[in-house]
Amino acid sequence: MDFNFTEEQNMIRDSLSRLIREQYDFDTRRKVVESEAGWRPEMWAQFAELGLLMAPFSEEDGGLGGGPIDAMVVMEEFGKGLVVEPYVPSVVCGGGFLKRGTDAQKEEYLSGIMSGENVFAFAYAEPRGRYNLADLETTAKKDGAGYVLNGHKAVVIGAPWATHFVVTARTSGDRRDSKGVSVFVVAKDAQGVSTRDYPTVDGRRASEVYFENVSVGAEAVIGEVDNGLPLIETVTDEAIAAICAEACGAMKVAHAMTVEYSRQRKQFGVPIGKFQVLQHRMVDMFMEHEQSISMTYMATLKLDEDEVTRKKAASAAKVRIGQAGRFIGQEAVQIHGGMGMTDELAVGHYFKRLTMIDSEFGNIDHHLKRYTGLTEMDLPAAAE
Amino acid sequence: MNLDFSPEEIAFRNEVREFIRENYPKELEGIGSREDLTREEFLAWHKVLGKKGWSTPAWPEKYGGTGWTSTQRYIWSEENARVDALMPLPFGVSMVAPVIYTFGNEEQKARHLPGIRSGEVWWCQGYSEPGAGSDLASLKTTAVRDGDHYVLNGQKTWTTLAQHADWGFFLCRTDPTAKKPQEGISFILVDMNTPGIEVKPIKLIDGTHEVNETWLTDVRVPVENLVGTENEGWTYAKFLLAHERSGIAGVARSKRGVERLRNIASEELVDGKPLLQSQDFARKISQLEIDLTALEFTELRTLASEAAGKGPGPESSILKVKGTEIQQRLTELTLEAVGNYGAPYGYGMEGTGNDGFGVGPDHANFAAETYFNMRKTSIYGGSNEIQRNIISKMILGL
Ligand SMILES: Cc1cc2nc3c(=O)[nH]c(=O)nc-3n(C[C@H](O)[C@H](O)[C@H](O)COP(=O)(O)OP(=O)(O)OC[C@H]3O[C@@H](n4cnc5c(N)ncnc54)[C@H](O)[C@@H]3O)c2cc1C
Ligand SMILES: Cc1cc2nc3c(=O)[nH]c(=O)nc-3n(C[C@H](O)[C@H](O)[C@H](O)COP(=O)(O)OP(=O)(O)OC[C@H]3O[C@@H](n4cnc5c(N)ncnc54)[C@H](O)[C@@H]3O)c2cc1C
Repeated sequence: MDFNFTEEQNMIRDSLSRLIREQYDFDTRRKVVESEAGWRPEMWAQFAELGLLMAPFSEEDGGLGGGPIDAMVVMEEFGKGLVVEPYVPSVVCGGGFLKRGTDAQKEEYLSGIMSGENVFAFAYAEPRGRYNLADLETTAKKDGAGYVLNGHKAVVIGAPWATHFVVTARTSGDRRDSKGVSVFVVAKDAQGVSTRDYPTVDGRRASEVYFENVSVGAEAVIGEVDNGLPLIETVTDEAIAAICAEACGAMKVAHAMTVEYSRQRKQFGVPIGKFQVLQHRMVDMFMEHEQSISMTYMATLKLDEDEVTRKKAASAAKVRIGQAGRFIGQEAVQIHGGMGMTDELAVGHYFKRLTMIDSEFGNIDHHLKRYTGLTEMDLPAAAE
Repeated sequence: MNLDFSPEEIAFRNEVREFIRENYPKELEGIGSREDLTREEFLAWHKVLGKKGWSTPAWPEKYGGTGWTSTQRYIWSEENARVDALMPLPFGVSMVAPVIYTFGNEEQKARHLPGIRSGEVWWCQGYSEPGAGSDLASLKTTAVRDGDHYVLNGQKTWTTLAQHADWGFFLCRTDPTAKKPQEGISFILVDMNTPGIEVKPIKLIDGTHEVNETWLTDVRVPVENLVGTENEGWTYAKFLLAHERSGIAGVARSKRGVERLRNIASEELVDGKPLLQSQDFARKISQLEIDLTALEFTELRTLASEAAGKGPGPESSILKVKGTEIQQRLTELTLEAVGNYGAPYGYGMEGTGNDGFGVGPDHANFAAETYFNMRKTSIYGGSNEIQRNIISKMILGL
């Protein structure tokens, strides 16, 4: 057993944390969030230069030979800085699908993801599908050698900045069947693709994405036709591990800010940190954060294990982090008093991001159910 | 003890329901989920009620109260909540007015109470300061006597909706040499148009402009605007806080919120079935409803003891703590219910001309914003920690 980071991983953390400190302070972030574009392509280019966009990919694929742990290191720092650029949509999801694609697909798309030229968004959720990855009304009908896509994808994070989408669609079977799901890569400027773009409550951008008779060739299919769901779940579990790491970073800062504020803020002649009821609350926040780190490591390290183990680990982490994020976010605001409610202070923005992480890729209830469904619920022999 | 409405009470309920149906301003329908309302929108229903004589049911009759029993008042709030009515704001009707009719002089009553009843005059609350939040008695804003004026200097903050206010009630230090911080504070009514007052917006995390910083620089206020006795303001301030707290339970409104949540959960789907039919979620709604029932009966017991002549005591802290926890839980579950469509930001980014209003089903609009906003309820009106301190000290004797 080994919980140490490699030299490369430590280097990634150090250089990224310096970059965020120097160029991603809270005021700068605010300006970016409120700007028309909502992100900084030049920051994306710097991430590429630092090697972050290629870190988790194998050397064979042109990456730095890291893996999910590298993505975890990056995402924790992103969480601390409330970074809005689309690392999960493009690198973890887009890259996660394409590294499992054909050589031609890797050549066409993956190198662009690593260089930062291609920006991907993952269009999977639908207006009536909630968190069920197979509950798809978007269809892809066979048309000659290729397919024609029709449908509406909901709240596609990072879509306004994307050059390409990974799209899930039904190629056969009934709505919600686990068979009959396929995965496609579609250029955003393809004929028939349109978007409605908007900001999200946690400072990012998303779109409703509409596909109207969008024609793609057979080479647009990633993985097996009709059997895309296992691949989608694999990549989604990787994304879950990544946003759990992001949550850990955000929790760390929200907690540290709260402890610091409780030292500075005086009421009744003493720092409010002297009130035991607040001390215990901050101790609970600390414990929640520690448990979250543990669960993030656990889920990240089990991504390569068998399917059931991986799924249970990802769901367990997502449940625990959803709960911890809610507690830490709410208490951070509460202990800041009125100041915690202001847009001016960073702490409320950590609260908002932590809130939204719970509903990304399935919320607490969804993952408790998934976990329970994967657990043997046989009675012990004696009870029969 | 019994829980049934009498025939008279049922007749009253029908009368009220009818009146609301016929008179509730059409332009306010469905406005409830928005937080950034205009002055006119805030006051529209208040003005209708003012004309009818129903804007201030809790006041003594001689000042314009309706003389309703506590059961009638209960019916009144239930009926308003049924249509999500935008009720009169508390600052005039249930905060400053009770102070004025209890401690003010006849001239003050004649001057201020009518405008509060009619909804013509908007009041704001100038208590908190940057350095004086929970420890309100440490406030530093001064009022120095100069002939027949007080001259006010200092900074208030978190002043809710002061951008619309005509008048404010301010706590100021009139005797800086007093031995205890609670002594030497006065309760002063201030015309918000007086030179030297500057109101600056504070943006909250949900994007709304609901509170302000209020700066006072050499603001000259006639001495006749002092309420009660100089240096006795703390007594009035505490009296007002207890009133503020009892209104804060919000039972009828939360009941309506549960109903709305149920509607949302019956439209939202999980694996093709209504969310309401998922055991996990249905049980959360049940739990919330059970907690709300406990609060409702606690409030009814409190009202009964108030009717028996006991003013709101430290027990009102229970209503504040439990009431706000329920309101917060309600918005949390509403956000949970709308799933992915909690993310679009309804107010959008200034200057980009793009917002997330109307993305997804209507019931998802502002679900996250409202959840964020309602975190304020365990902070303001005396934080929930302070309420627990009050119970611990005043009831448990610790
Ligand atoms: C089953 C059992 C086994 C034990 N085994 C051992 C043992 O092997 N060795 C040994 O030395 N002792 C042992 N203890 C004793 C144990 O350490 C004491 O019970 C403990 O220290 C609490 O002391 P007390 O019972 O006097 O309660 P008190 O100290 O009187 O505490 C009463 C309550 O007040 C709270 N409280 C006290 N001080 C504070 C504070 N500063 N802030 C907040 N809350 C506070 C406590 O948490 C508790 O809820 C054992 C006790 C039990 C019940
Ligand atoms: C949206 C909003 C609207 C408001 N509207 C108004 C208004 O119209 N007029 C007005 O005058 N004020 C208003 N307030 C101010 C409100 O009353 C104060 O925010 C509140 O009193 C808390 O003060 P504070 O913000 O300075 O927090 P602090 O007092 O600094 O408290 C910070 C934290 O410390 C805790 N704490 C403090 N003392 C203790 C203690 N002794 N024991 C345990 N914990 C403690 C608090 O509970 C809180 O969690 C509003 C506030 C908000 C957020």
